[in-house]
Amino acid sequence: MTTDSAAEVEVARSITVPLGQAKAFDLFTARMTEFWPPEHSIGASPFAAVVLEPRVGGRWFERAADGAECDWGRVGAWEPTSRVVLLWQLTAEWKFDPDFETEVEVTFTEKEHGRTTVYLRHRNLQRYGEQAEQMRAIFDSPNGWTDTLNRCARLAESE
Amino acid sequence: MPASAATVLDALGDKTRRSILEKLADGPIAVGALADQLPISRPAVSQHLRVLKDAELVVESIAGTRRLYRLNRVGLMAVREYLDRFWETTLDNFALLASAEAETDEEEQK
Repeated sequence: MTTDSAAEVEVARSITVPLGQAKAFDLFTARMTEFWPPEHSIGASPFAAVVLEPRVGGRWFERAADGAECDWGRVGAWEPTSRVVLLWQLTAEWKFDPDFETEVEVTFTEKEHGRTTVYLRHRNLQRYGEQAEQMRAIFDSPNGWTDTLNRCARLAESE
Repeated sequence: MPASAATVLDALGDKTRRSILEKLADGPIAVGALADQLPISRPAVSQHLRVLKDAELVVESIAGTRRLYRLNRVGLMAVREYLDRFWETTLDNFALLASAEAETDEEEQK
């Protein structure tokens, strides 16, 4: 690949849902637990809730049934009902790292009455290219991070 | 054709090669400069670089009389692909929930 290593790498996806803009925004930000893929938990057990504190600087974390919380990142921008930026601070191994940060920007646009397009961009992915050990993790589990449960628990134990 | 997972793992299984990758993370670097920073000979550095190249973890380029090595982005592209699939699933789930929500709203209005 000849791409310049400083170039930005991102994922962009959009989807249109049969809801008004405010409702779509609320559903996305307040009820993440109900649509987040359940296998993507970094805790010792599957999450009971995915929580987004609705303000700039708010925490973004998962909560286990026993109340244990694992941070995922923070809220970078909070502009109801049109835009939210989530700072995703999970490494390629699904470990929380306060010094690592990628950006998930989600915008909500009601294109016609009762139909809202949700546009999502996950930016600054080139930052995943900076650590060889993380690359190793990818090749270690080509099917994804499904075998990386307990990351958060291990992290807590090692402290 | 991407390098096999086994080739990549073998390449990464060596401490010196991992430290070479860490140095390359700061930007492209010539063999001589790499050798100066490592406690091994220049031919040994070249040999390690060859293994990393075969595993597609680094790529080389010629700049004047120097041969520069830089990180390849295959690993990064694997992360990108993974996240692309991840968001596809997540947004699909969101759309299902949104549709269910829209139906509930309609029924309530009836």
